[in-house]
Amino acid sequence: MAGSIPASPTASAALAGGAAVRAKPASLGREAWRRFRRHRLALAGAAILLFMVLAVLLGPWLWQVPINEIDFSARLKGSSWRHPLGTDDLGQDLLARMLYGGRISIAVGFAAMLIAVIVGTIVGAISGMSRGSVDAALMWLTDLFLSLPQLPLLLLIIYLFRDSLKVLVGPEIGVFILIVAVIGGFRWMPVARLVRAQFFSLREKEFVEAARALGASTSRQVVRHILPNSLGPVIVAGTIDVAAAIIAESTLSFLGLGFPPDIPSWGRLLYDAKDYLDIAPHWALFPGSAIFLVVLSISYIGDGLRDALDPRKVM
Amino acid sequence: MGQYLLRRLMLVVPSVLGISILLFTVLALAPGDPFEELATNPNVPAEVRANLRAKFGLDDPVAVRYVRWLGAMLGGDWGFSFASRVDVDELILGRLPTTLLVIGSSQVLALLIALPVGVYAATRPYSLFDKIASTLAFAGFALPTFFTGILLILVFSIQLDWLPFVYRSDISATGWQFFWEHFKQALMPVAVLGLFQGASWTRYVRSAVLDVIRLDYVTTARAKGLAERAVIVKHVVRNALIPVVTLVALQMPAIFGGAIVTEQIFRVPGIGSLLISAILANDTPVIMAVTFVFSCLVILFNLIADLLYGWLDPRIAYR
Repeated sequence: MAGSIPASPTASAALAGGAAVRAKPASLGREAWRRFRRHRLALAGAAILLFMVLAVLLGPWLWQVPINEIDFSARLKGSSWRHPLGTDDLGQDLLARMLYGGRISIAVGFAAMLIAVIVGTIVGAISGMSRGSVDAALMWLTDLFLSLPQLPLLLLIIYLFRDSLKVLVGPEIGVFILIVAVIGGFRWMPVARLVRAQFFSLREKEFVEAARALGASTSRQVVRHILPNSLGPVIVAGTIDVAAAIIAESTLSFLGLGFPPDIPSWGRLLYDAKDYLDIAPHWALFPGSAIFLVVLSISYIGDGLRDALDPRKVM
Repeated sequence: MGQYLLRRLMLVVPSVLGISILLFTVLALAPGDPFEELATNPNVPAEVRANLRAKFGLDDPVAVRYVRWLGAMLGGDWGFSFASRVDVDELILGRLPTTLLVIGSSQVLALLIALPVGVYAATRPYSLFDKIASTLAFAGFALPTFFTGILLILVFSIQLDWLPFVYRSDISATGWQFFWEHFKQALMPVAVLGLFQGASWTRYVRSAVLDVIRLDYVTTARAKGLAERAVIVKHVVRNALIPVVTLVALQMPAIFGGAIVTEQIFRVPGIGSLLISAILANDTPVIMAVTFVFSCLVILFNLIADLLYGWLDPRIAYR
């Protein structure tokens, strides 16, 4: 309804909205949004995720307590007005650390998802367009990666490369790049399989054949016709990947092999907290619940998107 | 079936080779030196180190080193742990049973939850039971194992003081007391892993059963007058299990990941916690060997999944 603001908003807003929908039928995004809204839990998940993202983006401006201000008079304290989420063993404010750590955790999630989706789409597209040995080789590689034990390999790679990357680009960015690349590098396989399957069915469809008959080059067929139509399942898989990457990062940090202590990602906070469970349970509960909430919201969003982006499903 | 088994076994060889190549490439690409410990030790003179390098062939081309390493791994010579001064294979073999016990019983627990709950929820879709089960499955899936572990410790060890939260392998009690102590200390790790797996499997089982239950042959079975129980158990579940087995096999790497975390939280003396302590101690031979063992376990379980296919759907075995 952009640009069609009626003269008396109160009376005709609903009508105009309806008219606009009728006038502009079934743009893909609009249709998907209409379906997505029906899924109440997905909508709630989207709201929670939006709130968490805004909180970690804007929170550090509103709550200007430094994350590393040590105060031994307030060690392991529970919630109070000065420290809404309590403090850790050095008296550092947990709310500030949670907000800062949330940035890291969520950023890792999205960045790793982007890598997984890009690599997966490229591999899947190449494999889906080429027949024969290239396809077979790429799928063998995909299957091999699928049967790798990911966490031990993640740990191995981080163990082997951490120090040299730290020297190369500094501790924070080095660890961030390494973790994102490694998590993304072990999650592209489902996307590749999905894209390949989509390509197989789409490239034989009439509209692609028509484009081919009109003389469209292979790259134009892929970029203009096949890829946009195969994106639905990829978006769903990408959503799930964000959650999986957040869990993977937290797992690494929880094992003490992710971010260093001065970068308090949520998993790192849990790792530090686990030795004080008996005296300061809040320290572990807040970051743990934050991970849980974000992952749960993302799972529900993925569920809603799956329904919304499947045009065959009647709703 | 025998031929099918043989064919599957043949496929294992390239997988093991591929994984070993990948592992070795990672190691070869990595900066640093497996002999770093000796290199930084001031008591070892430079020429001794050079001699050692020559003796172990560290300056040979990568391909030669790979073949030698693979030969040694296959021959059972897995090297020597820098940190604990024991042969690596001894170290791993001593800890493997604990890991397999914890993983195995947690899988049984997951199956015991997922099968009945998933099937029952799918036979009554969108009922209250189904909604509660789906919500719990979503929540269980979103709770990472390290957080559930901490929550369980908080409730059952610290608040209620019912269960120990450190796994001990040196329990002195005998007889029934021995088994009871073992059961108590294994309960929480197994529950953490089993509930996590059970949650995701419940979703798979439910959707797989839902796919099958509306097919015509199920209606036929009902029309023949078979009891509902027989229809569900013999006709529906067996066919619904085929996609479930696929998904479970695909999840195997994640299960081992969860096992590492769980072993670390509860200090279970398995190969997962061995891996973490080896990484923290820069103990390269142990790290390589444990990763390799984990890879082989994943391949082994994939093989078992393939055999299950052959049993569930005989057409696959005879194709």
